[in-house]
Amino acid sequence: MSNSLLTPELIPDRPSSKSKFKKGLRQWGAVFPYVILGFIGIAVFVIYPMIRNIMISFQDYSIMPNAANPWVGFDNYLRAFQDPNDRFLIALRNTFLNVIATVPVNWFLAIFFAVLINAKFVKFKIAFRTIYYLPIVTSWIIIALLFKYLFADGDGGLINYVLHKQLGILPEAISWRNNYWSAMVMIWLFHIWKTVGWGVVIYLAALQGIPKDLYEAADIDGADAFQKFWRITIPLLGPITLFVLINLINGAFGFFPQVYFITQGGPMNQTHVIPSLIYIEAFQNLKFGPAAAMGVMMGILVFLLTYTQMKKIGRQRMF
Amino acid sequence: MKTPLLHKVIVYAIVIAGALLFVFPFIYMILTTFFLGTNTLPKPDQVLSVKINFTNYVTVWNKNNFVNYFMNSVIVTTVAMFGSLFLGALTAYGFARFTFPGKELVFRVFLLTMFIPGVINIIPQFVVIKDLGLVNTYSGLWLIYIAGGVIGNVFFLRGFFESIPKELEESVLIDGGGNWRIFWNIYLPQSLPALGTLAILIFQGTWEEYFLALTIIKSEALRTLPIAILMFNDKYSTNYGQVFAASVIALLPVILLYITFQKKFVQSGYNEGGIKG
Repeated sequence: MSNSLLTPELIPDRPSSKSKFKKGLRQWGAVFPYVILGFIGIAVFVIYPMIRNIMISFQDYSIMPNAANPWVGFDNYLRAFQDPNDRFLIALRNTFLNVIATVPVNWFLAIFFAVLINAKFVKFKIAFRTIYYLPIVTSWIIIALLFKYLFADGDGGLINYVLHKQLGILPEAISWRNNYWSAMVMIWLFHIWKTVGWGVVIYLAALQGIPKDLYEAADIDGADAFQKFWRITIPLLGPITLFVLINLINGAFGFFPQVYFITQGGPMNQTHVIPSLIYIEAFQNLKFGPAAAMGVMMGILVFLLTYTQMKKIGRQRMF
Repeated sequence: MKTPLLHKVIVYAIVIAGALLFVFPFIYMILTTFFLGTNTLPKPDQVLSVKINFTNYVTVWNKNNFVNYFMNSVIVTTVAMFGSLFLGALTAYGFARFTFPGKELVFRVFLLTMFIPGVINIIPQFVVIKDLGLVNTYSGLWLIYIAGGVIGNVFFLRGFFESIPKELEESVLIDGGGNWRIFWNIYLPQSLPALGTLAILIFQGTWEEYFLALTIIKSEALRTLPIAILMFNDKYSTNYGQVFAASVIALLPVILLYITFQKKFVQSGYNEGGIKG
Protein backbone atom coordinates (compact mmCIF):
# COMPACT_ATOMS: atom_id res chain seq x y z
CA MET A 1 0.00 0.00 0.00
CA SER A 2 2.61 2.53 1.10
CA ASN A 3 5.11 1.13 -1.35
CA SER A 4 2.93 1.90 -4.34
CA LEU A 5 2.82 5.52 -3.21
CA LEU A 6 6.54 5.75 -2.81
CA THR A 7 7.13 4.38 -6.30
CA PRO A 8 4.27 5.60 -8.45
CA GLU A 9 6.18 4.85 -11.67
CA LEU A 10 5.75 1.14 -11.01
CA ILE A 11 1.98 1.28 -11.16
CA PRO A 12 0.84 -0.15 -14.47
CA ASP A 13 -1.27 2.24 -16.56
CA ARG A 14 -4.92 1.73 -15.90
CA PRO A 15 -7.14 1.48 -18.99
CA SER A 16 -9.57 4.14 -17.80
CA SER A 17 -8.29 7.03 -15.68
CA LYS A 18 -11.85 8.33 -15.39
CA SER A 19 -13.16 5.30 -13.54
CA LYS A 20 -10.09 5.39 -11.33
CA PHE A 21 -10.87 8.99 -10.43
CA LYS A 22 -14.46 8.04 -9.68
CA LYS A 23 -13.29 5.18 -7.51
CA GLY A 24 -10.98 7.52 -5.57
CA LEU A 25 -13.79 9.96 -5.07
CA ARG A 26 -16.02 7.20 -3.76
CA GLN A 27 -13.30 6.08 -1.34
CA TRP A 28 -12.89 9.61 -0.04
CA GLY A 29 -16.65 9.80 0.38
CA ALA A 30 -16.60 6.69 2.55
CA VAL A 31 -13.81 7.83 4.83
CA PHE A 32 -14.85 11.49 4.93
CA PRO A 33 -17.15 11.35 7.99
CA TYR A 34 -14.42 9.74 10.09
CA VAL A 35 -11.47 11.97 9.24
CA ILE A 36 -13.03 15.36 8.49
CA LEU A 37 -13.06 16.64 12.08
CA GLY A 38 -9.49 15.56 12.64
CA PHE A 39 -8.38 17.08 9.34
CA ILE A 40 -10.01 20.43 10.12
CA GLY A 41 -8.47 20.47 13.59
CA ILE A 42 -5.02 19.67 12.23
CA ALA A 43 -5.37 22.24 9.46
CA VAL A 44 -6.45 25.05 11.77
CA PHE A 45 -4.35 24.35 14.86
CA VAL A 46 -1.25 22.61 13.50
CA ILE A 47 -0.66 23.34 9.80
CA TYR A 48 -1.99 26.89 9.63
CA PRO A 49 -0.07 28.02 12.76
CA MET A 50 3.11 26.81 11.09
CA ILE A 51 2.36 28.89 8.02
CA ARG A 52 1.33 31.83 10.17
CA ASN A 53 4.53 31.48 12.16
CA ILE A 54 6.55 31.83 8.97
CA MET A 55 4.58 34.97 8.05
CA ILE A 56 5.11 36.54 11.48
CA SER A 57 8.83 35.85 11.22
CA PHE A 58 8.97 38.32 8.30
CA GLN A 59 6.93 40.97 10.08
CA ASP A 60 7.48 43.55 12.76
CA TYR A 61 4.58 41.95 14.56
CA SER A 62 2.56 43.36 17.41
CA ILE A 63 -0.40 41.71 19.17
CA MET A 64 -2.10 45.08 19.51
CA PRO A 65 -5.35 45.23 17.55
CA ASN A 66 -5.09 47.12 14.24
CA ALA A 67 -1.29 47.11 14.38
CA ALA A 68 0.33 47.74 10.98
CA ASN A 69 2.65 44.71 11.27
CA PRO A 70 4.91 45.87 8.42
CA TRP A 71 6.95 43.37 6.41
CA VAL A 72 10.61 43.61 7.32
CA GLY A 73 12.25 40.93 5.21
CA PHE A 74 14.94 38.96 6.96
CA ASP A 75 15.54 41.50 9.76
CA ASN A 76 14.18 39.18 12.44
CA TYR A 77 16.46 36.38 11.28
CA LEU A 78 19.55 38.60 11.21
CA ARG A 79 18.79 39.80 14.72
CA ALA A 80 19.17 36.30 16.10
CA PHE A 81 22.75 36.15 14.82
CA GLN A 82 23.65 39.76 15.64
CA ASP A 83 22.81 39.31 19.31
CA PRO A 84 25.91 40.54 21.21
CA ASN A 85 25.31 37.85 23.84
CA ASP A 86 25.00 35.06 21.24
CA ARG A 87 21.93 33.79 23.04
CA PHE A 88 20.57 32.02 19.93
CA LEU A 89 23.80 30.23 19.10
CA ILE A 90 24.31 29.16 22.71
CA ALA A 91 20.73 27.88 22.85
CA LEU A 92 21.34 26.00 19.59
CA ARG A 93 24.43 24.33 21.03
CA ASN A 94 22.57 23.42 24.23
CA THR A 95 19.69 21.92 22.25
CA PHE A 96 22.08 19.52 20.51
CA LEU A 97 23.79 18.69 23.78
CA ASN A 98 20.44 17.90 25.35
CA VAL A 99 19.48 15.47 22.58
CA ILE A 100 22.87 13.75 22.62
CA ALA A 101 22.96 13.50 26.40
CA THR A 102 19.41 12.36 27.09
CA VAL A 103 17.89 10.42 24.15
CA PRO A 104 20.19 7.36 24.22
CA VAL A 105 20.06 7.09 28.02
CA ASN A 106 16.32 7.56 28.06
CA TRP A 107 15.64 5.02 25.32
CA PHE A 108 17.98 2.42 26.75
CA LEU A 109 16.61 2.69 30.28
CA ALA A 110 13.04 2.48 28.95
CA ILE A 111 13.46 -0.75 26.96
CA PHE A 112 15.84 -2.17 29.59
CA PHE A 113 13.45 -1.74 32.51
CA ALA A 114 10.41 -2.74 30.44
CA VAL A 115 11.95 -6.02 29.31
CA LEU A 116 13.14 -6.83 32.85
CA ILE A 117 9.75 -6.06 34.40
CA ASN A 118 8.11 -8.12 31.66
CA ALA A 119 10.25 -11.17 32.49
CA LYS A 120 7.95 -14.11 33.16
CA PHE A 121 9.06 -14.72 36.75
CA VAL A 122 8.88 -11.09 37.95
CA LYS A 123 5.95 -10.60 40.30
CA PHE A 124 4.20 -7.32 41.15
CA LYS A 125 4.54 -6.14 37.54
CA ILE A 126 1.71 -3.67 38.00
CA ALA A 127 3.26 -2.22 41.15
CA PHE A 128 6.59 -1.74 39.38
CA ARG A 129 4.97 -0.14 36.39
CA THR A 130 2.97 2.17 38.64
CA ILE A 131 6.10 3.29 40.51
CA TYR A 132 8.15 3.80 37.34
CA TYR A 133 5.38 5.86 35.84
CA LEU A 134 4.87 8.04 38.92
CA PRO A 135 7.24 10.85 37.83
CA ILE A 136 5.29 11.10 34.57
CA VAL A 137 1.92 11.82 36.14
CA THR A 138 3.40 14.57 38.27
CA SER A 139 3.68 18.02 36.78
CA TRP A 140 6.93 19.45 35.47
CA ILE A 141 6.51 22.40 37.76
CA ILE A 142 6.21 20.35 40.94
CA ILE A 143 9.11 18.09 40.05
CA ALA A 144 11.17 21.16 39.16
CA LEU A 145 10.44 22.58 42.60
CA LEU A 146 11.39 19.24 44.10
CA PHE A 147 14.64 19.02 42.13
CA LYS A 148 15.64 22.57 42.98
CA TYR A 149 15.08 21.59 46.60
CA LEU A 150 17.02 18.31 46.33
CA PHE A 151 19.87 20.06 44.47
CA ALA A 152 19.92 23.04 46.83
CA ASP A 153 23.24 24.80 47.50
CA GLY A 154 25.43 23.78 50.41
CA ASP A 155 25.11 20.63 52.48
CA GLY A 156 21.41 21.36 53.12
CA GLY A 157 20.46 19.97 49.72
CA LEU A 158 19.96 16.22 49.75
CA ILE A 159 22.19 15.56 46.72
CA ASN A 160 25.10 17.57 48.10
CA TYR A 161 24.50 16.03 51.51
CA VAL A 162 24.75 12.49 50.14
CA LEU A 163 27.47 13.01 47.52
CA HIS A 164 29.68 15.37 49.55
CA LYS A 165 29.06 14.96 53.26
CA GLN A 166 28.14 11.27 53.41
CA LEU A 167 29.96 9.59 50.53
CA GLY A 168 32.66 12.17 49.85
CA ILE A 169 32.39 11.67 46.07
CA LEU A 170 32.25 15.42 45.56
CA PRO A 171 35.21 17.37 47.06
CA GLU A 172 32.87 20.21 47.98
CA ALA A 173 29.17 21.05 47.97
CA ILE A 174 28.19 22.19 44.46
CA SER A 175 26.08 25.23 43.66
CA TRP A 176 24.36 23.23 40.94
CA ARG A 177 22.47 26.00 39.19
CA ASN A 178 25.25 28.59 39.33
CA ASN A 179 27.68 26.82 36.99
CA TYR A 180 27.11 25.96 33.37
CA TRP A 181 27.98 22.25 33.36
CA SER A 182 26.50 21.40 36.73
CA ALA A 183 23.31 23.20 35.70
CA MET A 184 23.22 21.24 32.43
CA VAL A 185 23.77 17.95 34.26
CA MET A 186 20.99 18.85 36.66
CA ILE A 187 18.65 19.63 33.76
CA TRP A 188 19.50 16.31 32.07
CA LEU A 189 18.97 14.30 35.26
CA PHE A 190 15.70 16.12 35.81
CA HIS A 191 14.54 15.29 32.28
CA ILE A 192 15.61 11.64 32.35
CA TRP A 193 14.22 10.95 35.82
CA LYS A 194 10.95 12.58 34.85
CA THR A 195 10.42 10.86 31.48
CA VAL A 196 11.90 7.33 31.57
CA GLY A 197 8.62 5.94 32.91
CA TRP A 198 6.80 6.98 29.75
CA GLY A 199 8.97 4.76 27.57
CA VAL A 200 8.72 1.93 30.08
CA VAL A 201 4.92 1.99 29.96
CA ILE A 202 4.80 2.20 26.18
CA TYR A 203 7.19 -0.73 25.84
CA LEU A 204 5.34 -2.77 28.46
CA ALA A 205 2.10 -2.26 26.56
CA ALA A 206 3.82 -3.26 23.33
CA LEU A 207 5.41 -6.33 24.93
CA GLN A 208 1.94 -7.52 25.93
CA GLY A 209 0.94 -7.38 22.29
CA ILE A 210 3.60 -9.87 21.21
CA PRO A 211 1.90 -13.26 20.77
CA LYS A 212 3.07 -15.67 23.46
CA ASP A 213 3.14 -18.61 21.08
CA LEU A 214 6.13 -17.03 19.34
CA TYR A 215 8.09 -17.42 22.56
CA GLU A 216 6.70 -20.91 23.12
CA ALA A 217 7.84 -21.88 19.64
CA ALA A 218 11.27 -20.40 20.42
CA ASP A 219 11.37 -22.35 23.67
CA ILE A 220 10.69 -25.55 21.77
CA ASP A 221 13.54 -24.67 19.42
CA GLY A 222 15.76 -24.25 22.49
CA ALA A 223 16.33 -20.47 22.20
CA ASP A 224 17.78 -18.71 25.27
CA ALA A 225 16.59 -15.42 26.74
CA PHE A 226 19.00 -13.27 24.72
CA GLN A 227 18.10 -14.96 21.43
CA LYS A 228 14.43 -14.48 22.17
CA PHE A 229 15.09 -10.81 22.97
CA TRP A 230 17.06 -10.12 19.77
CA ARG A 231 15.10 -12.35 17.38
CA ILE A 232 11.53 -11.83 18.58
CA THR A 233 11.19 -8.89 20.95
CA ILE A 234 13.35 -6.29 19.21
CA PRO A 235 12.06 -6.86 15.64
CA LEU A 236 8.42 -6.92 16.74
CA LEU A 237 8.96 -3.77 18.79
CA GLY A 238 10.40 -1.97 15.75
CA PRO A 239 7.36 0.19 15.02
CA ILE A 240 6.95 1.09 18.69
CA THR A 241 10.65 1.93 18.92
CA LEU A 242 10.09 4.32 16.02
CA PHE A 243 7.25 5.92 17.93
CA VAL A 244 9.32 6.10 21.13
CA LEU A 245 12.40 7.53 19.43
CA ILE A 246 10.39 10.15 17.54
CA ASN A 247 8.93 11.27 20.82
CA LEU A 248 12.21 11.17 22.74
CA ILE A 249 14.03 13.20 20.10
CA ASN A 250 11.08 15.51 19.81
CA GLY A 251 11.02 15.82 23.59
CA ALA A 252 14.74 16.50 23.88
CA PHE A 253 14.59 19.11 21.10
CA GLY A 254 11.59 20.62 22.80
CA PHE A 255 13.36 21.02 26.15
CA PHE A 256 11.47 23.86 27.69
CA PRO A 257 9.94 23.31 31.15
CA GLN A 258 13.20 21.53 31.98
CA VAL A 259 15.12 24.75 31.46
CA TYR A 260 12.42 27.30 32.15
CA PHE A 261 11.52 25.98 35.61
CA ILE A 262 15.02 24.94 36.72
CA THR A 263 17.37 27.73 35.60
CA GLN A 264 15.24 30.20 33.63
CA GLY A 265 18.15 30.07 31.17
CA GLY A 266 20.73 31.10 33.76
CA PRO A 267 23.50 31.49 34.74
CA MET A 268 23.91 34.48 32.36
CA ASN A 269 21.63 32.96 29.65
CA GLN A 270 24.09 30.07 29.35
CA THR A 271 21.64 27.15 29.67
CA HIS A 272 18.90 28.51 27.40
CA VAL A 273 17.42 26.31 24.73
CA ILE A 274 15.65 27.70 21.66
CA PRO A 275 12.12 27.07 23.02
CA SER A 276 12.80 28.85 26.32
CA LEU A 277 14.43 31.69 24.40
CA ILE A 278 11.45 31.87 22.03
CA TYR A 279 8.97 31.93 24.89
CA ILE A 280 10.77 34.63 26.87
CA GLU A 281 11.38 36.73 23.74
CA ALA A 282 7.73 36.50 22.71
CA PHE A 283 5.74 36.62 25.91
CA GLN A 284 8.07 38.52 28.24
CA ASN A 285 9.80 40.89 25.79
CA LEU A 286 6.83 40.90 23.35
CA LYS A 287 9.20 40.55 20.37
CA PHE A 288 7.01 38.19 18.36
CA GLY A 289 8.82 38.65 15.04
CA PRO A 290 12.29 37.64 16.27
CA ALA A 291 10.79 34.82 18.32
CA ALA A 292 8.91 33.50 15.28
CA ALA A 293 12.10 33.72 13.21
CA MET A 294 13.93 31.60 15.75
CA GLY A 295 11.00 29.19 15.62
CA VAL A 296 11.21 28.90 11.83
CA MET A 297 14.95 28.29 11.96
CA MET A 298 14.49 25.64 14.59
CA GLY A 299 11.68 24.08 12.56
CA ILE A 300 13.85 23.89 9.44
CA LEU A 301 16.68 22.45 11.47
CA VAL A 302 14.51 19.75 13.02
CA PHE A 303 12.98 18.99 9.63
CA LEU A 304 16.35 18.58 7.91
CA LEU A 305 17.76 16.49 10.72
CA THR A 306 14.87 14.08 10.90
CA TYR A 307 13.54 13.91 7.33
CA THR A 308 16.33 11.67 6.05
CA GLN A 309 16.02 9.50 9.13
CA MET A 310 12.31 9.24 8.66
CA LYS A 311 12.63 8.27 5.01
CA LYS A 312 14.77 5.37 6.15
CA ILE A 313 12.68 4.19 9.07
CA GLY A 314 9.33 5.47 7.84
CA ARG A 315 8.96 2.59 5.39
CA GLN A 316 8.42 0.20 8.25
CA ARG A 317 4.77 -0.58 8.60
CA MET A 318 3.05 -0.29 11.93
CA PHE A 319 2.41 -3.95 12.84
CA MET B 1 10.38 -21.39 32.35
CA LYS B 2 13.63 -22.59 33.94
CA THR B 3 15.35 -19.29 34.68
CA PRO B 4 18.49 -19.72 36.86
CA LEU B 5 18.14 -18.31 40.37
CA LEU B 6 21.08 -15.95 39.91
CA HIS B 7 19.38 -14.34 36.90
CA LYS B 8 16.23 -13.86 38.92
CA VAL B 9 18.10 -12.21 41.78
CA ILE B 10 19.95 -9.83 39.43
CA VAL B 11 16.78 -8.89 37.56
CA TYR B 12 14.91 -8.27 40.81
CA ALA B 13 17.79 -6.22 42.24
CA ILE B 14 17.87 -3.95 39.17
CA VAL B 15 14.11 -3.55 39.00
CA ILE B 16 13.87 -2.73 42.73
CA ALA B 17 16.82 -0.33 42.63
CA GLY B 18 15.09 1.47 39.75
CA ALA B 19 11.86 1.64 41.72
CA LEU B 20 13.67 3.15 44.74
CA LEU B 21 15.29 5.74 42.52
CA PHE B 22 11.88 6.86 41.31
CA VAL B 23 10.05 6.71 44.60
CA PHE B 24 12.54 8.14 47.10
CA PRO B 25 12.32 11.80 45.97
CA PHE B 26 8.57 11.59 46.55
CA ILE B 27 9.09 10.18 50.05
CA TYR B 28 11.55 12.97 50.76
CA MET B 29 9.05 15.50 49.51
CA ILE B 30 6.27 14.08 51.69
CA LEU B 31 8.54 14.08 54.76
CA THR B 32 9.32 17.73 54.05
CA THR B 33 5.61 18.58 54.23
CA PHE B 34 5.74 17.58 57.93
CA PHE B 35 8.53 20.08 58.59
CA LEU B 36 7.15 23.14 60.36
CA GLY B 37 10.10 25.57 60.31
CA THR B 38 9.71 28.52 57.97
CA ASN B 39 12.30 30.75 56.27
CA THR B 40 14.94 28.04 56.32
CA LEU B 41 16.01 25.14 54.16
CA PRO B 42 15.28 21.91 56.05
CA LYS B 43 18.48 19.90 56.56
CA PRO B 44 18.38 16.22 55.48
CA ASP B 45 18.72 14.92 59.06
CA GLN B 46 15.90 17.25 60.13
CA VAL B 47 13.70 15.98 57.31
CA LEU B 48 14.42 12.33 58.03
CA SER B 49 13.59 12.72 61.73
CA VAL B 50 10.38 14.70 61.28
CA LYS B 51 7.14 13.89 63.15
CA ILE B 52 4.02 13.20 61.10
CA ASN B 53 1.49 16.05 61.31
CA PHE B 54 -0.86 17.72 58.88
CA THR B 55 -0.52 21.34 59.96
CA ASN B 56 0.94 22.47 56.64
CA TYR B 57 -1.81 20.75 54.65
CA VAL B 58 -4.56 22.46 56.62
CA THR B 59 -2.89 25.85 56.26
CA VAL B 60 -2.37 25.49 52.53
CA TRP B 61 -5.86 24.15 51.87
CA ASN B 62 -7.43 27.33 53.23
CA LYS B 63 -5.13 29.66 51.33
CA ASN B 64 -5.33 31.33 47.92
CA ASN B 65 -8.52 29.75 46.44
CA PHE B 66 -6.86 26.38 46.20
CA VAL B 67 -10.13 24.47 45.71
CA ASN B 68 -11.17 26.81 42.93
CA TYR B 69 -8.00 26.26 40.89
CA PHE B 70 -8.25 22.54 41.44
CA MET B 71 -11.77 22.40 40.00
CA ASN B 72 -10.68 24.50 37.02
CA SER B 73 -8.01 21.91 36.24
CA VAL B 74 -10.51 19.05 36.57
CA ILE B 75 -12.85 20.64 34.02
CA VAL B 76 -10.14 21.56 31.54
CA THR B 77 -8.43 18.17 31.71
CA THR B 78 -11.54 15.97 31.60
CA VAL B 79 -13.03 17.61 28.52
CA ALA B 80 -9.67 17.71 26.74
CA MET B 81 -9.00 14.04 27.46
CA PHE B 82 -12.33 12.67 26.22
CA GLY B 83 -12.30 15.00 23.22
CA SER B 84 -8.78 13.94 22.29
CA LEU B 85 -9.50 10.22 22.70
CA PHE B 86 -12.64 10.41 20.59
CA LEU B 87 -11.19 12.53 17.81
CA GLY B 88 -7.95 10.54 17.78
CA ALA B 89 -9.73 7.18 17.61
CA LEU B 90 -12.15 8.38 14.93
CA THR B 91 -9.39 9.72 12.69
CA ALA B 92 -7.19 6.67 13.31
CA TYR B 93 -10.11 4.46 12.28
CA GLY B 94 -10.29 6.35 9.00
CA PHE B 95 -6.62 5.68 8.38
CA ALA B 96 -6.63 2.08 9.59
CA ARG B 97 -9.69 0.66 7.89
CA PHE B 98 -10.22 2.66 4.72
CA THR B 99 -8.28 2.90 1.50
CA PHE B 100 -8.32 6.26 -0.20
CA PRO B 101 -6.02 8.06 -2.64
CA GLY B 102 -3.24 9.98 -0.97
CA LYS B 103 -3.71 8.27 2.39
CA GLU B 104 -0.05 7.55 3.06
CA LEU B 105 1.01 10.94 1.71
CA VAL B 106 -1.35 12.76 4.07
CA PHE B 107 -0.20 10.55 6.93
CA ARG B 108 3.42 11.34 6.17
CA VAL B 109 2.81 15.08 6.07
CA PHE B 110 1.06 14.80 9.42
CA LEU B 111 3.96 12.84 10.85
CA LEU B 112 6.44 15.46 9.70
CA THR B 113 4.64 18.07 11.78
CA MET B 114 5.27 15.89 14.82
CA PHE B 115 8.94 16.72 14.54
CA ILE B 116 8.30 20.39 15.07
CA PRO B 117 8.48 21.10 18.81
CA GLY B 118 5.18 22.39 20.11
CA VAL B 119 6.53 25.57 21.66
CA ILE B 120 7.13 27.03 18.19
CA ASN B 121 3.40 26.90 17.58
CA ILE B 122 2.41 28.70 20.77
CA ILE B 123 2.72 32.17 19.22
CA PRO B 124 0.62 31.48 16.07
CA GLN B 125 -1.84 29.29 18.00
CA PHE B 126 -2.33 32.20 20.34
CA VAL B 127 -2.88 34.43 17.31
CA VAL B 128 -5.46 31.99 15.86
CA ILE B 129 -7.30 31.83 19.18
CA LYS B 130 -7.20 35.62 19.36
CA ASP B 131 -8.65 35.85 15.83
CA LEU B 132 -11.44 33.46 16.84
CA GLY B 133 -12.17 35.68 19.85
CA LEU B 134 -11.50 32.78 22.25
CA VAL B 135 -8.72 34.29 24.36
CA ASN B 136 -9.43 33.77 28.07
CA THR B 137 -11.91 30.93 27.43
CA TYR B 138 -11.64 27.20 28.07
CA SER B 139 -13.02 26.61 24.56
CA GLY B 140 -9.89 28.15 23.12
CA LEU B 141 -7.74 25.98 25.34
CA TRP B 142 -9.71 22.81 24.49
CA LEU B 143 -9.46 23.47 20.75
CA ILE B 144 -5.67 23.67 20.93
CA TYR B 145 -5.31 20.69 23.27
CA ILE B 146 -7.60 18.41 21.24
CA ALA B 147 -6.65 19.46 17.71
CA GLY B 148 -2.97 19.77 18.55
CA GLY B 149 -2.89 16.21 19.87
CA VAL B 150 -4.73 14.46 17.02
CA ILE B 151 -1.68 13.54 14.96
CA GLY B 152 0.24 11.92 17.79
CA ASN B 153 -2.84 10.03 18.94
CA VAL B 154 -3.64 8.83 15.41
CA PHE B 155 -0.08 7.67 14.96
CA PHE B 156 -0.27 5.75 18.21
CA LEU B 157 -3.70 4.17 17.60
CA ARG B 158 -3.44 3.35 13.90
CA GLY B 159 -1.09 0.44 14.45
CA PHE B 160 -3.32 -1.07 17.11
CA PHE B 161 -6.38 -0.67 14.91
CA GLU B 162 -4.66 -2.33 11.96
CA SER B 163 -3.76 -5.33 14.08
CA ILE B 164 -7.46 -6.05 14.71
CA PRO B 165 -8.45 -9.11 12.66
CA LYS B 166 -10.89 -8.37 9.83
CA GLU B 167 -12.92 -11.49 10.69
CA LEU B 168 -14.24 -9.73 13.79
CA GLU B 169 -16.10 -7.29 11.55
CA GLU B 170 -18.16 -10.07 10.01
CA SER B 171 -20.46 -10.41 13.00
CA VAL B 172 -21.39 -6.75 12.67
CA LEU B 173 -21.76 -7.00 8.89
CA ILE B 174 -24.01 -10.05 9.19
CA ASP B 175 -26.22 -8.08 11.57
CA GLY B 176 -26.47 -5.42 8.88
CA GLY B 177 -24.29 -2.92 10.74
CA GLY B 178 -22.10 -0.39 8.93
CA ASN B 179 -18.74 1.26 9.38
CA TRP B 180 -19.89 3.25 12.39
CA ARG B 181 -21.01 0.12 14.25
CA ILE B 182 -17.72 -1.59 13.41
CA PHE B 183 -15.87 1.38 14.92
CA TRP B 184 -18.02 1.45 18.03
CA ASN B 185 -18.55 -2.29 18.66
CA ILE B 186 -15.32 -3.80 17.36
CA TYR B 187 -12.45 -1.30 17.12
CA LEU B 188 -12.94 0.62 20.35
CA PRO B 189 -13.50 -2.42 22.65
CA GLN B 190 -10.72 -4.36 20.94
CA SER B 191 -8.15 -1.63 21.53
CA LEU B 192 -8.96 -0.78 25.15
CA PRO B 193 -5.36 -1.36 26.35
CA ALA B 194 -4.12 1.09 23.74
CA LEU B 195 -6.87 3.58 24.49
CA GLY B 196 -6.16 3.24 28.21
CA THR B 197 -2.48 3.92 27.76
CA LEU B 198 -3.29 6.87 25.56
CA ALA B 199 -5.83 8.21 28.05
CA ILE B 200 -3.17 8.20 30.76
CA LEU B 201 -0.73 10.02 28.50
CA ILE B 202 -3.28 12.64 27.47
CA PHE B 203 -4.50 13.14 31.01
CA GLN B 204 -1.08 13.78 32.47
CA GLY B 205 -0.07 15.98 29.55
CA THR B 206 -3.10 18.21 29.96
CA TRP B 207 -3.12 18.22 33.74
CA GLU B 208 0.41 19.57 33.92
CA GLU B 209 0.19 21.87 30.90
CA TYR B 210 1.38 25.31 31.87
CA PHE B 211 2.49 27.49 28.98
CA LEU B 212 -0.59 27.36 26.74
CA ALA B 213 -2.85 27.81 29.75
CA LEU B 214 -0.79 30.77 30.90
CA THR B 215 -0.90 32.27 27.40
CA ILE B 216 -4.59 31.74 26.65
CA ILE B 217 -6.11 32.24 30.11
CA LYS B 218 -5.81 35.80 31.39
CA SER B 219 -8.22 36.15 34.30
CA GLU B 220 -7.13 34.88 37.70
CA ALA B 221 -10.40 33.04 38.44
CA LEU B 222 -9.99 30.77 35.39
CA ARG B 223 -6.39 29.78 36.04
CA THR B 224 -5.41 26.14 36.33
CA LEU B 225 -3.53 24.35 39.09
CA PRO B 226 0.01 24.42 37.61
CA ILE B 227 -0.15 28.19 37.34
CA ALA B 228 -1.52 28.44 40.88
CA ILE B 229 1.26 26.25 42.29
CA LEU B 230 3.96 28.39 40.72
CA MET B 231 2.34 31.60 41.99
CA PHE B 232 2.18 30.03 45.44
CA ASN B 233 5.88 29.16 45.26
CA ASP B 234 6.81 32.70 44.22
CA LYS B 235 4.88 34.02 47.21
CA TYR B 236 6.09 31.63 49.92
CA SER B 237 9.27 30.22 48.39
CA THR B 238 11.24 29.74 51.63
CA ASN B 239 8.38 27.96 53.37
CA TYR B 240 9.29 24.52 52.02
CA GLY B 241 6.82 22.62 54.20
CA GLN B 242 3.87 24.58 52.83
CA VAL B 243 5.04 24.71 49.21
CA PHE B 244 5.37 20.93 49.11
CA ALA B 245 2.14 20.39 51.03
CA ALA B 246 0.43 22.36 48.26
CA SER B 247 2.30 20.28 45.68
CA VAL B 248 1.28 17.00 47.29
CA ILE B 249 -2.37 18.07 47.41
CA ALA B 250 -2.13 18.93 43.73
CA LEU B 251 -0.48 15.59 42.94
CA LEU B 252 -2.71 13.35 45.04
CA PRO B 253 -5.90 13.37 42.90
CA VAL B 254 -3.86 12.80 39.73
CA ILE B 255 -2.06 9.86 41.26
CA LEU B 256 -5.30 8.36 42.59
CA LEU B 257 -7.00 8.79 39.21
CA TYR B 258 -3.99 7.30 37.53
CA ILE B 259 -4.03 4.21 39.72
CA THR B 260 -7.76 3.64 39.10
CA PHE B 261 -7.32 4.14 35.37
CA GLN B 262 -4.30 1.89 35.44
CA LYS B 263 -6.34 -1.01 36.84
CA LYS B 264 -8.90 -0.86 34.07
CA PHE B 265 -6.16 -0.66 31.53
CA VAL B 266 -4.39 -3.68 32.97
CA GLN B 267 -7.56 -5.78 33.23
CA SER B 268 -8.33 -5.37 29.59
CA GLY B 269 -4.71 -6.07 28.78
CA TYR B 270 -4.74 -9.37 30.65
CA ASN B 271 -8.17 -10.48 29.44
CA GLU B 272 -6.84 -12.39 26.50
CA GLY B 273 -4.77 -14.48 28.90
CA GLY B 274 -7.92 -15.26 30.88
CA ILE B 275 -9.77 -16.49 27.82
CA LYS B 276 -6.80 -18.57 26.82
CA GLY B 277 -6.72 -20.40 30.16
